[in-house]
Amino acid sequence: MSMRALLDHRLAPVAAIAVILLLLPLLFPSTYYYRIAALVFIFALASLGVNLLMGFAGQVSLGHAGFLGIGAYAVAIGATHLGAPSWLSILGGAALSGLIAFIVGRPILELKGQYLAVATLGFGLLVAIVLTNEAAWTGGPDGMSVPHLVLFGFPLHGPQVWYWIGGITFVIGAALALNLIDSPTGRALRAIHDSEVASRMLGIDVAWHKLAIFVISAIYASVAGSYLALLNELITPDVSGFLRSIELVAMVVLGGMGSVVGSLVGATLLIVLPQILTILHEYEQMVLGIVVMGFLIFLRQGIVPGIAAAFGRMRT
Amino acid sequence: MAEFLQFAFSGLTVGAVYALVALGFTLIYNASGVVNFAQGEFVMLGGMSTVFLALAGVPLPLAALIAVVVAVAIGLALHRFAIEPARGASAVTLIMITIGASIFLRGAAQIAFDKRFHSLPPLLGADPIRFGGAAILPQSLVVLAGAAIVVALLWGVIDRTLLGKAVIATAANRLAARLVGINTRRIVDFSFAVSAAIGAVAGILVTPITLTSYDVGTLLALKGFAGAMLGGIGSAFGAVVGGLLLGLLEAFSAGYISSNYKDAVAFLVILAVLFIMPQGLLGRAQVERV
Amino acid sequence: MRILEVERLSIAFGGVRAVSDVSLSVSSGLVFSIIGPNGAGKTTLLNLISGVYPPQDGLVRLGGEDVTGLAPHLLARRGLSRTFQNLQLFLRMTVLENVMVGRHRHESTGIPSDLLHLPLVSRQNRQTREAARSGLARVGLAANAEHPAGSLAFGDLRRLEIARALASEPKVLLLDEPAAGCNPVETEELDGIIRSIVKDGVTVVLVEHDMRLVMNISDRIHVLANGRTLAEGTAAEVRSNAAVIEAYLGVHGSEEAARAFS
Repeated sequence: MSMRALLDHRLAPVAAIAVILLLLPLLFPSTYYYRIAALVFIFALASLGVNLLMGFAGQVSLGHAGFLGIGAYAVAIGATHLGAPSWLSILGGAALSGLIAFIVGRPILELKGQYLAVATLGFGLLVAIVLTNEAAWTGGPDGMSVPHLVLFGFPLHGPQVWYWIGGITFVIGAALALNLIDSPTGRALRAIHDSEVASRMLGIDVAWHKLAIFVISAIYASVAGSYLALLNELITPDVSGFLRSIELVAMVVLGGMGSVVGSLVGATLLIVLPQILTILHEYEQMVLGIVVMGFLIFLRQGIVPGIAAAFGRMRT
Repeated sequence: MAEFLQFAFSGLTVGAVYALVALGFTLIYNASGVVNFAQGEFVMLGGMSTVFLALAGVPLPLAALIAVVVAVAIGLALHRFAIEPARGASAVTLIMITIGASIFLRGAAQIAFDKRFHSLPPLLGADPIRFGGAAILPQSLVVLAGAAIVVALLWGVIDRTLLGKAVIATAANRLAARLVGINTRRIVDFSFAVSAAIGAVAGILVTPITLTSYDVGTLLALKGFAGAMLGGIGSAFGAVVGGLLLGLLEAFSAGYISSNYKDAVAFLVILAVLFIMPQGLLGRAQVERV
Repeated sequence: MRILEVERLSIAFGGVRAVSDVSLSVSSGLVFSIIGPNGAGKTTLLNLISGVYPPQDGLVRLGGEDVTGLAPHLLARRGLSRTFQNLQLFLRMTVLENVMVGRHRHESTGIPSDLLHLPLVSRQNRQTREAARSGLARVGLAANAEHPAGSLAFGDLRRLEIARALASEPKVLLLDEPAAGCNPVETEELDGIIRSIVKDGVTVVLVEHDMRLVMNISDRIHVLANGRTLAEGTAAEVRSNAAVIEAYLGVHGSEEAARAFS
């Protein structure tokens, strides 16, 4: 394969990310850095789910952190109340999120633009309310502790473990996403984004496709939420809060709607920068607000597509 | 019966706030097509600014006035710096911009003020009035009266003045309004300013009852939107009715079913309206033309 | 064989009877045109036939099967396709990708295989891409394949939409004012494209304002006015129909026209 063909290959970005994943630890002076990077990959996975829904299919979800919460609490509740091994809870949480997305999505996705936005926002808030109120199961506003992952008898915990698990999962998730984009389903989703009317007229079952991508994006967020709970060994209801949902959207907007690599870039910026500029900690919400507004007003396409456009070639 | 009256009154009181938020939503939506999620922050700013100005020694009436002015200034800034530059963006993008603004305002409030709950002294004293076995706070009556005055004033302006006619024209057809010489930009300014003022007044009036803090805006925005949807998006009268009705629904479900899930009522109302009668109670059915 | 039949189709929007009691029957392999003054209900009729609006009365038969009220994507799968008056292209996708989407109903991969990009998906992509390329060549847009659709000139956009609709290999193609906004050269090319479509066995239902195109190309013309059928016949019959002339030109105008022709 020529160099050009290699670079143009559908999975080239994934290869690049995999390389970064392998080499990055060489730069880490302490486990603290592993932890930050693990958080980046976890949130990148969740925001990739949101990106598939918003950037490709052109829908909107302002309550996606609800699925983050379902995945997180699935692990917590599974371990504490059901005695289930964590890996099973991760799968169970993903299945539950998928099911809830299926049930909620069917009616909700018929709504247009701003009504869909508000409905998803309400969904996220509803999940947060349930998680806060059902204290018998969820530990209420103070949350629950989460025991660590045990696989084949080996306890797996700590930032390094989750760096690798999170990173590899993101690489897999990104590969699946890139596969999907370069396929009949991907084209159908992008078509739906540009014109639902025309898509229908070409035989695309728009409602079914929207629902499918909603379910897939919910599963991405759920797995990310489960990892988050296991990384932190503690989970509170604001994992599914309004601010979290907006952070996910901000990562997508920042990195670039419709860009898989953009999800990683957005997550990196929104997680690493506050760590570097710790003096900004107080101003986190203000900065988030300005970032969201600024990009949506002036740089709606986001960073990665913006840079790619500047170089005159489109890469996802 | 006493219980019913109790719930009814607290529901109407809270509903009056929702009604004013919904009214603000409707004003801005009609004039510019934007669903302004930062509406709830105006309520927060009204209450919190008044509290902190009063704490700094400013006499209460003046503090309240300044708070309203501050809210109006922020409303205008929101229009000029966040909404106008994004003219022509999709409805979803615009709503997300207003969400960004609301988060920004929350963050700023957190720093300028603090994270605690605050109250204001009630206008007519704190002794509850006995009525039919229920205990009603005099401030409830103040809130209801205040809301009624605001609605009446607004109706007066919209219905009786040239400015009001210009607002109606802009809402009906923006391009046509511009073609007849209406400065639609000023009209949208006006709608943002008035919405902010209405929100701030609501916040000041209700703080003695519900307290206020830097993050009350988000839920209020959602509930105000639910009220506007229930009444019929685009209908000012519907907004008021919808807000009051939502307040009642919330109070009754909190009282008779479960107070934990009180906040979920608004969300369920939104869904119910969207799926059962999208035009709301008083709106007109819209046919989508392809 | 009657490939498309419409019986007593009606719909009203809030009191306005947009289409009222319209019946027509299209034989396969022909160019069947629907004309009428502005507001006659032509596009509404197309929307009724193509499933965009469910009719309040009447029925639609495609290839003998009752398809009344079926959703557009189900009609598409039964061989009905259409273009849109206000162009509904996928402007963010490339020209080639637009036509590739047109192949959707002939693609056979599902989500699981798409996610894993199994070899059959690569094969499907290749087949779709090739079919799309020849579709583009047919309307003369092969050179623009990799350009974003949004960058095309207006006349080219219309041809792209036709290519996309043809890619689904329909039995019946509804064209909604394809010549609107086209200059005489582009309209001439359109004439040629429509003739070649019919030669391949596709039935064309044309809604148009451009009378020269309609009169030149139509095998049968159905005239609508105020949502009702005014007349139907061959081009010659319709052209000389007094009621049709009156509908377009008004009573005064038709008297002028009659005087001009005598």
